Amino acid sequence: MSLIALLFSFGFVIFSFFLSHAFKLGLGRDLIITGIRATIQLLVVGYILNTVFGFENPLAMILMLLVMVFVATINAAKRGKGLPRIFWKIFLTISIVEIITQGFLLGLQIVPATPQYTISISGMIIGNSMVIASLFLNRLKAELEMRKEEVVLVLSLGGSVKQSIYPILKQSIRSSLIPTIEGQRTIGLVQLPGMMTGQIIAGADPVEAVRFQLLIVFMILFAAVLTAIILGFLIYPELFNKKQQLDISAW
Amino acid sequence: MTTEIEFINVSKTYLNQQEVVNVLKGVSGKVEKGEIVTIIGPSGSGKSTILSLCNLLLTPDEGEVWIQGKDVGDWDIQTLRRQVGIAFQGAPMLTGTVQENLSLPKRLQGKTLENPKKYMEYVGLTEDLLLRQAKELSGGQRQRLSLARTLVNDPAILLLDEVTSALDSLSAHEVEELILRINRERQTTILWVTHDQSQAERVGDQTWLVIEGRIVEAAPTKQFFVKPKQEQTKQFLEMRREYK
Ligand SMILES: Nc1ncnc2c1ncn2[C@@H]1O[C@H](COP(=O)(O)OP(=O)(O)OP(=O)(O)O)[C@@H](O)[C@H]1O
Ligand SMILES: [Mg+2]
Repeated sequence: MSLIALLFSFGFVIFSFFLSHAFKLGLGRDLIITGIRATIQLLVVGYILNTVFGFENPLAMILMLLVMVFVATINAAKRGKGLPRIFWKIFLTISIVEIITQGFLLGLQIVPATPQYTISISGMIIGNSMVIASLFLNRLKAELEMRKEEVVLVLSLGGSVKQSIYPILKQSIRSSLIPTIEGQRTIGLVQLPGMMTGQIIAGADPVEAVRFQLLIVFMILFAAVLTAIILGFLIYPELFNKKQQLDISAW
Repeated sequence: MTTEIEFINVSKTYLNQQEVVNVLKGVSGKVEKGEIVTIIGPSGSGKSTILSLCNLLLTPDEGEVWIQGKDVGDWDIQTLRRQVGIAFQGAPMLTGTVQENLSLPKRLQGKTLENPKKYMEYVGLTEDLLLRQAKELSGGQRQRLSLARTLVNDPAILLLDEVTSALDSLSAHEVEELILRINRERQTTILWVTHDQSQAERVGDQTWLVIEGRIVEAAPTKQFFVKPKQEQTKQFLEMRREYK
């Protein structure tokens, strides 16, 4: 696609701006900022990828992956402000998910071990893991606020910290996974997944693109489940103090 | 006589949106074994907070709480919480059947409850309720179930927080009788928070009046209601009588 064509496509943003103005939606500023931000972010990423793919050194790639996990962590950690060491817990979670998933893909040689594949696929794993971590924290907080009494009840009857939080933990893990699972249900029926569309437009055989997409779907489901479970078990002990009292006042 | 519960100059503050609230301010008091202490006082004065200190659901910021001659901090936490049972104000239920809720204390220890019917009967619930969803019971039924569930651990000390507030006066009397029977038969020590003054007078050996986080007056129940010493107590009792 030529640069001129890309410039024209920005017309969509301009139109949206005028529509927002005409109907007084008050979204004009946000639309323009979002459009410009997407442009800058993606262009920068494009150039970085270009450079990284050029390096032969695997260290460059690992560094790139670390930066990705780091940024994803900053984003997800916002939901857990006030929880002790939440940043490192999310960082650890996303890293473990990335390592296990990539380890599986590369170990069984499901995909070639080139930066092109590894970085693009990692982007999906890490991004997905980030979304699940945020959702999970949101759900956990809401559940705790709603069902605090139940936790205290179990503690009061001589239950352990784990016994008292388990139903809430389970519920939060389940509900943070529902959007991912639901999302895969109508896949391909209405909307083709972005990556598959991209591959097809770039000239790939649709059947080949589908195989690849399936890999992604399976991988995302796995990464989502793993993220919620690991994060859940890393977080729950610190919702309590040494005296086995529920203590979430800082959250 | 042996002292079962002792509060020594206990203070407790909560942090409410950056604002420090002094909920208890230097509470001291003793409860002897087998005694029933009724605790009355206005809403928000700190009655429930006092109960939660006894089984370490809360820790005081200052002062000490002793249970059976041992600082609560020195107890094994699970053992303490089984010895000192609490029936909460709202009679909270877990999702699940009545049977599951009733047997919860046993299940937490990996055991099963042998005789759920006995406990149901004990608190005046019919056994056909066992398979109903606990959250769907009426307020009064939940209070009875909550009490029964607390009794499953066979506690030496009972903390009761408004356990008859959702019952009509006849049912309230029934539950009172049950609690008094437990107290007589097992020498159970009881801290009993109630907003019902006539109940406090009927069931108590001792009565404490809590206002704004302080014990204003602690006296043998008869004397407390007939000849209160403190001006604040007279006012508090007077206010309620007029209201009636
Ligand atoms: N978890 C908490 N966080 C902050 N403040 C609390 C908390 N629990 C209780 N409080 C405050 O502490 C004060 C005393 O509460 P407590 O529940 O002990 O009162 P109470 O005497 O039992 O009242 P009631 O008769 O209404 O049950 C109240 O002002 C309440 O708002
Ligand atoms: Mg209360």
